[in-house]
Amino acid sequence: MDLRDLYQDIIVDHNRSPRNFRRIDNATRMAQGYNPLCGDKLVIYITLKDGAISDVSFQGEGCAISTASASLMTEVLKGKTEAEAEALFDNMHRLLTEDAHGVDVDELGKLAALEGVRAYPTRVKCATLCWHTLQAALEEVDEPVTTE
Amino acid sequence: MSAPHSATSANGVPTLDVARLREDFPILGQQINGRPLVYLDNAATSQKPVAVIDAIARYYREDNSNVHRGVHALSERATAAYEAARETVRGFLNAASSKEIIFTRGTTEAINLVAQAWGRSTLQPGDEVLITHMEHHSNIVPWQMVCEQTGATLRVAPINERGEVIMDEFERLLGERTKLVAVGHVSNALGTINPVARMIELAHAHEALALVDGAQATPHMVVDVQALGADFYALSGHKMFGPTGIGVLYGREALLDAMPPWQGGGDMIKAVSFEGTLYSDLPYKFEAGTPHIAGGVGLGAAVDYLAGVGREAIAAYEAELLAYTEARLQEVDGLRLIGTAENKAAVASFVLEGVHAHDLGTIVDHHGVAIRAGHHCAMPVMEFFGVAATSRASLAFYNTREEIDALVTALQDAQRIFG
Ligand SMILES: Cc1ncc(COP(=O)(O)O)c(C=O)c1O
Repeated sequence: MDLRDLYQDIIVDHNRSPRNFRRIDNATRMAQGYNPLCGDKLVIYITLKDGAISDVSFQGEGCAISTASASLMTEVLKGKTEAEAEALFDNMHRLLTEDAHGVDVDELGKLAALEGVRAYPTRVKCATLCWHTLQAALEEVDEPVTTE
Repeated sequence: MSAPHSATSANGVPTLDVARLREDFPILGQQINGRPLVYLDNAATSQKPVAVIDAIARYYREDNSNVHRGVHALSERATAAYEAARETVRGFLNAASSKEIIFTRGTTEAINLVAQAWGRSTLQPGDEVLITHMEHHSNIVPWQMVCEQTGATLRVAPINERGEVIMDEFERLLGERTKLVAVGHVSNALGTINPVARMIELAHAHEALALVDGAQATPHMVVDVQALGADFYALSGHKMFGPTGIGVLYGREALLDAMPPWQGGGDMIKAVSFEGTLYSDLPYKFEAGTPHIAGGVGLGAAVDYLAGVGREAIAAYEAELLAYTEARLQEVDGLRLIGTAENKAAVASFVLEGVHAHDLGTIVDHHGVAIRAGHHCAMPVMEFFGVAATSRASLAFYNTREEIDALVTALQDAQRIFG
């Protein structure tokens, strides 16, 4: 396994310049994610309009995997319905924890760059924190979520 | 006992034959990701020499039995081995009596024992327990718990930018309400060696007791509880080349005698009836239930092994290796050492600009280098330095300059990836 399979250029890039790294002042949904053991912390903001995600952003701090994962997630989610977002999360979860069979890589698009994380079981929680936080935001959970 | 591992150099400082010593640690010979293992996570747990591994195996092969119970031969041998280990630990700490050596699961349990047996029966509302800002969670949370239970207050002595306790502030926080001072001998997150002898003296001047968390001191330096004047001293076997699941609480006999027991059960009693129970004498009063006999035996073997290597030689070698480590780390662009106390042991904690500690941990592991990334069970220390996590290389006497070079190469590789 080469380190470059984990830290692909796109991940390094999204870590260095995270996309949608901002607050949405009038967000309709918001949730916090926190992994106390690693110190990864993020807030996800969502604007839902007619059942679809019209805007989504995040803020926080964490390792390259968690930052890039959140950044990529916000890019991919725009325009998706809640059901589509849930389906993406399912797919992502399978990509990160099972073998790639049964994962719709086309649907994942650039999210598939995170596939390398699967070989590092201790790091999977970094990549999934944003997704669990997204789910909490959509379900309007008040407590911070964690993947530890 | 094998031949001595240390010789004396021309200037009288003992030196170590590290290449030979490494052969005592079978685990160190392996490859990780195709490269030689470089184990720099010794503050989390240390590796075990053959002498310890064999002592445990021999115990289970030849002597295994319960202690203090049977009259048969095996029980007598198991009891003798376990009690011999207690005497070995007594010598290691220079305690006055082996009654003062209580076997526990580790440092954490030792501190909880004092918090619950001594603290819960002694502390009153308004009393104070004084700790420092650099304590490990296991020297914070037990005191928070007992303060909650008794109405006592936890006070925290601040630290400075180098990661040293500000002694003037420490002294100012001591008063007639202070009943106990609990301080780490060596910080696992920063490497700071605290001036514990002075701190104990100040505590005593205010009629407070003093507990020292020695988890990170005993692997690296000579500890003499009587010279320090410590009332309680806690250590973990696994940090000093012994097995996990065994540790020690040293306590002054008069104090332990006056304390109520903590856990109840077998071994800690003389006689039980439904009307009441007569507790055992020290140290058994605090050792309820079947103990970790093999662990005690293994810890005794670790102490003997350390004595064979030479604790002064270890301290001298590690001081030199730590200086080399810090010098090499400072050659890395954008690296900031966290913890630059004047008096340090065996720990180099750092952050690297542009590379998160967890990414660094993964990348250096690819080079076969094991370091720790995280908050090191010292979240208040992280908060003080304004970081979520640090990377930490922690040394033992079996580490070498070449291994530090491998770490530095791995760090530079991480910078290339993120560059
Ligand atoms: C300074 C310090 N105190 C206490 C502990 C707790 O030791 P243990 O987990 O062996 O009980 C540790 C170990 O992590 C430590 O480094």
